Amino acid sequence: MTDASTLPIVRIVDVHKSFGLVPVLQGVSLDIARGEVACIIGPSGSGKSTLLRCINALVPIDQGSILIENEEINTPSLDKLTLRRKVGMVFQQYNLFPHRTALQNVMMAPIHVLKQDKAAVETRARALLKKVRLEGKEDSFPGELSGGQQQRVAIARSLAMNPKVMLFDEVTAALDPETVKEVLVTIRELAEEGMTCVLVTHEMGFAREVGNHVYFTDKGKIVEHGPPAEFFANASHPRTREFLNQIL
Amino acid sequence: MFGIDDWFRRLYDTSGINFTYLYDAYDRGRFLAGIVLTLELAAICIIASIVIGVVGAALHGSRFRVTNALVRGYVALFRNTPPLVQLFFFFFVLGGLLTFKTPYGTFQLSNFTWAAISLSVYYGSFNIENFRAGIESVPRTMVQAAEALGYRKGQIYLYVILPLAFRFSLPALGNTLVSLVKATSLAYAIAVPEVLYVSSEIWSDQLNVPEMMVTIMVFYVTLVSIMVYAIHRFEKRLRIPGYSAGR
Ligand SMILES: Nc1ncnc2c1ncn2[C@@H]1O[C@H](COP(=O)(O)OP(=O)(O)OP(=O)(O)O)[C@@H](O)[C@H]1O
Ligand SMILES: [Mg+2]
Repeated sequence: MTDASTLPIVRIVDVHKSFGLVPVLQGVSLDIARGEVACIIGPSGSGKSTLLRCINALVPIDQGSILIENEEINTPSLDKLTLRRKVGMVFQQYNLFPHRTALQNVMMAPIHVLKQDKAAVETRARALLKKVRLEGKEDSFPGELSGGQQQRVAIARSLAMNPKVMLFDEVTAALDPETVKEVLVTIRELAEEGMTCVLVTHEMGFAREVGNHVYFTDKGKIVEHGPPAEFFANASHPRTREFLNQIL
Repeated sequence: MFGIDDWFRRLYDTSGINFTYLYDAYDRGRFLAGIVLTLELAAICIIASIVIGVVGAALHGSRFRVTNALVRGYVALFRNTPPLVQLFFFFFVLGGLLTFKTPYGTFQLSNFTWAAISLSVYYGSFNIENFRAGIESVPRTMVQAAEALGYRKGQIYLYVILPLAFRFSLPALGNTLVSLVKATSLAYAIAVPEVLYVSSEIWSDQLNVPEMMVTIMVFYVTLVSIMVYAIHRFEKRLRIPGYSAGR
């Protein structure tokens, strides 16, 4: 059966990655189906961010294979632009371009990278800002927005490229508790629309409610994984238990 | 009619205070020519030193070892030697080497040209450092965000790094340019008829050193104040709302 819609949209097979002599990923494998919300949890330094960065080739891998829509990205002939059109990424620190307004931040990449028509991009950008509930903030600069608002601009900016997969790296970790919710609501809506999402998160409640699958990483390996209900009830590995006890 | 000329001539007659350039057409002519030359020298050096700064910073950031080392050598050499010594070096040593006979006459660069080259090279080395520091203070994470959006290296420079780096380096750039404008008076030492030099000519003829010195001080204070004001306005215009430099 090779029907594209049943193949995993992201397939990671036995990925290894070291920074110098420090092994950070030591044989990670996982499949993510189209429309799935995969949550990656694990202690600090276990390689979660590195794994996400490997998926959009911000970090090259040493060994193994990563397929996005059945296309290998661990190859010298990789077309990074094509890959990054498919895979959007949102960072913990938002990383908006501070010298451009919210609207311009959303419009920049489609115009500069995809060379799309400016007027059409603007219409879409305004719609995206509305979708993340930032109507009226189009002309604000990032420095004039709250953390939660900036993060939603960052999500809109990523969505403007029409990605097939969205990567979220602890996108609520830098926010205060009230604003965490507004960002999680946005991500939940995306998930409900069928966007494939890979999240590194410490929001266990969110992982439980919205996630389809939870992966626990430790020391560069996936120690344990499963659907959230099962995972949170039955996780048996000592490291997982220890981690869950600390965080819950 | 009782004009400025008459008033200052009278002032001289009654008090001995002698602003010759305010009533004597010949002195006025050479003094104004000096001011114009100072302004010309400053303008040329400002532009050239900025160009050297941008190109140098770009070469410094390139991945070629050789250009990198060349730029660093250049900066080390010219930042760490006195500008007057450099001016003499350029004028007497290189100027001597670059003088030769051609079928059409003797080829030689003018004193003004050597002053312009020397000062541009000196302050260019400062501007390389200014721009380099600006580029380095652009957060790495900003570059990663652009990469994740599919930007290519050149585009990242153009749309993200340079606009931010330029703003970050403006205060240092402003300081350097103010120093440069003041340092144009060093050209006096190789007889470039800029404002200090023509003033010294005037005071040797008229024996009015205090009047000329006061005039020169006022001239530089005015010039530098205008510059500082303009730079300040420019910085304000480029200021990013809500963003404090360095996060
Ligand atoms: N560019 C890099 N160069 C060198 N070492 C790195 C680099 N990026 C990450 N590391 C190292 O790799 C290890 C895993 O880092 P990573 O950021 O993936 O962890 P993480 O699971 O995301 O942690 P956290 O929860 O703190 O964000 C860490 O020990 C880190 O120091
Ligand atoms: Mg991380």
